[in-house]
Amino acid sequence: MSQFTSGFWDVYIGLISLVSIIACAVFLKLQSVRRIETKEGGTATTGHVWDETLTEYHHPLPRWWSWLFYLTVLFSLVYLLLYPGLGSWKGVLGWTQVGQLEAENARIEAKIGPLYAEFAAQDVPALAKSPEAMAIGQKLFLNHCAQCHASDGGGSRGFPNLTDKDWLWGGTPEAIKTTITEGRVGVMPPWGPVLGEEGVKDVAHYVMSLSGLASDSIRVARGKPLFAQTCVACHGPEGKGNPALGAPNLTDKTWLYGAGEAVITETIVKGRNNQMPAHKNILTPEKIHLLAGYVYSLSQGQ
Amino acid sequence: MQNDETAATRGATASPTPEAANAAVMNQPLYVAAAKIYPRAVHGWFAAWRWALVWVTQLVFYGGPWLRWNDRQALLFDIAQRKFYIFGVVFWPQDVIYLTILLVISALSLFLFTAVAGRLWCGYACPQTVYTEIFLWIERLIEGERNQRIRLDRGDWGPRKLGLKAAKHATWIALALWTGFTFVGYFTPIRALGADALGLLGWNAGTPAPALGPWATFWILFYGFATYGNAGWMREQVCKYMCPYARFQSAMFDRDTLIITYDGARGEPRGGRARGRDKGTLGDCVDCGICVQVCPTGIDIREGLQYECIGCAACIDGCNQVMDKMAYPRGLIRYSTQHALDNKLGVRAMWRRVFRPRILVYTAVLWGIIFAAAFALVVRIPLKVDIIRDRAAIAREVEGGLIENVYRVQLMNTQETARRFRLSVEGLPSLVLVGEQTLEITGASARLVPIKLRVQPAQVQAGKHPVTLVVQAEDDAKILVREKTIFIVR
Repeated sequence: MSQFTSGFWDVYIGLISLVSIIACAVFLKLQSVRRIETKEGGTATTGHVWDETLTEYHHPLPRWWSWLFYLTVLFSLVYLLLYPGLGSWKGVLGWTQVGQLEAENARIEAKIGPLYAEFAAQDVPALAKSPEAMAIGQKLFLNHCAQCHASDGGGSRGFPNLTDKDWLWGGTPEAIKTTITEGRVGVMPPWGPVLGEEGVKDVAHYVMSLSGLASDSIRVARGKPLFAQTCVACHGPEGKGNPALGAPNLTDKTWLYGAGEAVITETIVKGRNNQMPAHKNILTPEKIHLLAGYVYSLSQGQ
Repeated sequence: MQNDETAATRGATASPTPEAANAAVMNQPLYVAAAKIYPRAVHGWFAAWRWALVWVTQLVFYGGPWLRWNDRQALLFDIAQRKFYIFGVVFWPQDVIYLTILLVISALSLFLFTAVAGRLWCGYACPQTVYTEIFLWIERLIEGERNQRIRLDRGDWGPRKLGLKAAKHATWIALALWTGFTFVGYFTPIRALGADALGLLGWNAGTPAPALGPWATFWILFYGFATYGNAGWMREQVCKYMCPYARFQSAMFDRDTLIITYDGARGEPRGGRARGRDKGTLGDCVDCGICVQVCPTGIDIREGLQYECIGCAACIDGCNQVMDKMAYPRGLIRYSTQHALDNKLGVRAMWRRVFRPRILVYTAVLWGIIFAAAFALVVRIPLKVDIIRDRAAIAREVEGGLIENVYRVQLMNTQETARRFRLSVEGLPSLVLVGEQTLEITGASARLVPIKLRVQPAQVQAGKHPVTLVVQAEDDAKILVREKTIFIVR
């Protein structure tokens, strides 16, 4: 692919390269003979005089040394014939960077392909029990997932814990695979303007009461109808959440952004926007299958 | 340079050979074919030392990879697995410091030996010298002594010359390939390599032919070619034109360095004479030319110290034989110093000056480093621990309000036996390690494990705190590594 709109610059570059190389050969030839001054007594010096008296003896190098120079000239010509480098000339070998990358990927694929094919033939719960699969799965997890979900899969504030039984989008092998492949976008809209300051506090206390957190009973009573109006669509009438929408269960002790009035109020006022990126363009289906096995295994221990 | 002189001679001279002894300027080639050197065989004290070193170095080199240790190759530099096995010790990439120390010791030895006695390495132990010596020995066996070789090269090509040359090159190539094979055998198990090579030759006794890998084949051929080319063809040209060491050594010489010298005061004026006849006004040098004929780099030591001289002392051995025949004292050519020669110092006085402060300092530093390296090797702990905090997940609150941090711990068991290690943490009140407290690691392998540390927030202040991971072998309390890291509360 040429970045130039006309063929002129390709020819220009090619010509400069060729002329330079040929000029090097000519220069080598011309420089293989030098005017040597032979002093009385027979010592030959190169004729250069430094610092008034310092002269250099004429010690000819062995001839193979000059062959090495000519060899570099020959090498560059052969190189430019075989590989792209001379303007738009593609080279006899047809080598490209992309081609080399593809060849290397194919080589690695040929090496690991059978291994992954073996894993792909097993279902996710079986993979979760295979130590060999889990050793590779852990490496995949550390490379692709641990940045957000932490090295142990325990997550952190805003990033779900994968080691518990609580799942935003479902913990079945299929749901995990879909999450990794397609990614997830979990959006909670901001309710601050709708509910008003007092309304937000009331709903917050009602939500806190759902999981048994300390709450103001008057506000809980006031918040209940507000919750039924605004929140049930996603979180359900009992606040148990909805895995189809990624709406969290509000009745358990798992809090993605932390428990407490301040955080819950902030969530209600400003909403939340959570994104898990899709990995279908980064990982092959076989790797996603294996990774799903590893993630599945994380929650099976307890 | 006088300009008019240049102008006067410019048009007249074209021939490359200087006709006149007077000042002349003419075109001369900067590259000329090097004259082939036919070193004459030499026997004596120094030649014996060189042969002793040939035997020692080559027994070590060719024999090394065949030694066994605990059911594996005793010396194996496994580059693919990044583990160097040297008898009972396994070196990992993290041990590169030992390689550095080895290089420092080598460099300091070079300084010391060169300052004491010039190019000892070149003359006796350098592979270039050693292989040239072996190749010359083969050449001598097949083609004969110096005069016979010269005659053979000058003569016309016939069946005899063709046969001798073919025999010589075949022997050289066989030895060179064996050398290449041995070299590769240090990097890939030599017994398997040998089986593969035999299969390649069709000597695999009916079993399907195992193949030499492309890289193993390349390196055997490459190293073999380098041996054949350098020891058979290039020889002294490697020392004169390629070796950087040859060129910077002179910077380490001083006037009290032992060098191979010709005692001009005793030898000159040189001249031939019949044995037993009064030498008259002549010096001890009979101008027999033996010192030039035995020289592997083709120089005349009587012209003084030259950069081509590799310090092999062949001329000393050669000259001493002649001196014995002439019933003159030995040592017309000998190891001496510039200082001793100029001031006609006796041997004792010369040696006293050899042990000058420079030498003593080099020696002290060298031994200091050797002892330090040996000590470091002896107390080396066969466990390496690396701990890295998860960077993205700062700190998380878990059930019960505890603060948790996650780390990746890389544990390397550098010995070849499997071991269990106990992990513990210290440095903060209420700090605990959650999960498995002991880990089994198989021999000469590494394991990566995520670990979780927890504290009670009431017991510690917000911010970051230094904490220490302690890893200890269950069977040996001395195998203990403490690794520092950071715990972040908020």
